[in-house]
Amino acid sequence: MRRAVTFLKTFLLAAMLVAGPTALAPALAQNPIQADGVNPMGARPTADSVNEEFLFKQSDKIQGRISIPDQKAANLIQPQGREYRNFRESWLPWIGGLVILGMIAALGAFFLFRGRIMMEHSQESGKKILRFNAFERFTHWMTATCFIILSLSGLNYIFGKRLLMPLIGPDAFGALAQWAKYSHIYLAWPFMLGVAFMFVLWIKDNIPNKIDIAWLKAGGGLIGKGHPHAARFNAGQKGVFWMVAGFGAAMSVTGLMMIFPFALTDINGMQLMQVVHSVIGIVFIAGILAHIYIGSLGMEGAYDAMGSGKVDLAWARAHHDLWVEQEQARTASGPQLKGHPAPAE
Amino acid sequence: MARMKFLCDADRCIECNACVTACKNEHEVPWGINRRRVVTLNDGKPGERSVSMACMHCTDAPCAAVCPVNCFYTTADAVVLHSKDICIGCGYCFYACPFGAPQYPRVGNFGSRGKMDKCTYCSGGPEADFSTAEYEKYGSNRLAEGKLPLCAEMCSTKALLAGDGEMIAEIYKQRVIKRGYGSGAWGWKTAYRETVAI
Repeated sequence: MRRAVTFLKTFLLAAMLVAGPTALAPALAQNPIQADGVNPMGARPTADSVNEEFLFKQSDKIQGRISIPDQKAANLIQPQGREYRNFRESWLPWIGGLVILGMIAALGAFFLFRGRIMMEHSQESGKKILRFNAFERFTHWMTATCFIILSLSGLNYIFGKRLLMPLIGPDAFGALAQWAKYSHIYLAWPFMLGVAFMFVLWIKDNIPNKIDIAWLKAGGGLIGKGHPHAARFNAGQKGVFWMVAGFGAAMSVTGLMMIFPFALTDINGMQLMQVVHSVIGIVFIAGILAHIYIGSLGMEGAYDAMGSGKVDLAWARAHHDLWVEQEQARTASGPQLKGHPAPAE
Repeated sequence: MARMKFLCDADRCIECNACVTACKNEHEVPWGINRRRVVTLNDGKPGERSVSMACMHCTDAPCAAVCPVNCFYTTADAVVLHSKDICIGCGYCFYACPFGAPQYPRVGNFGSRGKMDKCTYCSGGPEADFSTAEYEKYGSNRLAEGKLPLCAEMCSTKALLAGDGEMIAEIYKQRVIKRGYGSGAWGWKTAYRETVAI
């Protein structure tokens, strides 16, 4: 019996060996990968994988799928960081230095050339007219204080490590920069509020009109001689208003994007936000430097408008004749003169 | 001195995330911070590959260049480290980093970032080796113990290689020659301006 079984097994094995190649062919066809890694379609699924070069041809960064909630981690490689770095380290310090120092130099040259613009005295000298009320001055100084601290803490991001760090050492500078960052983030809020208030308070007096064109043609009160007509704000002041409104809005939008990183944009958006924020910030600082100059050192009598709020009537008549007339017509209690003097022309 | 690098052999990586877990555990990395992660490319399609990625410890590191407080430094082993005492958490290094390595704990209001945290190549920070301060801020210092990063040591398929750049490049090269293919040293061109020539 046992011999019979052994014989049968041997017979079956021999039969299989003979019939094998044809009988097993369908089974082999079901396994698509051959020994050399090639499937029946001629592809090599193991070897033909994605690679960096191919993926960079398809997109400017390599992205995939991750199993953690942080979706920005799905970016495997983003070489755009190199452009951001190039801007921040090679261009930004030069842009910042040239624009801000250039403005300071220009103001210095202007001061040497033109000197302080002095008040012209008239029979109205000594009388005061209210130019900015308490709320307007509060809003102005709240925004101004925030702006100065925001500027210094903002410039610290560019120039701190180059100018301050070698002077005070890394530990002291680290602590200072930390507070600068906090102040930059927290003071951004009263600043944005101040810009919004100023916009609402003063927009009605800042709509450009024909008087501004004439004022600009006459060279304003700065370059030209005499005093072209101006209402509450002349064309130069309107320029400052619209600069603060426009740049303030741009700084707010880009700043908010950075305070809430990746809330609305991806990594390239974040890089762009910083480029825009820093360039506008620098131009904004230069513009405000000119505003500070003309409102304090550059012109006698101008500071009172934001200081006590009351300006000399002679100064107001010279610089904002249409506004003085309007104010006097509006309120009988305002400082009036008997016998309306003709506008200085 | 060695020039320490990471190399992820994507043809071996099986996306088990053991490297991620090992890293988190070894350094007690807080919730929400991932010093290492695994990204799957071409997910579900032919040619799918997974790559384990962390700080690549770049040559001429972009993070160090853009840092406004110069808190980065490179060790003798070419590992890029930073000081959390100087870092202000501005987030610039994340914008400059090609690999998304810098991580920030969310502290305070308005999405304010805390001190940056990233892969230290298991070599601590500026504090004294094996000190409590070093461990609390940066995690353990395996390099000072003469060991390589745990992520690579743990890797079950030996996809993730850590060590001297020339040595791991040679190991990878041998593999590619033997098996006849390789999807390349991911990120090397970006991080080191060179790739593994085969």
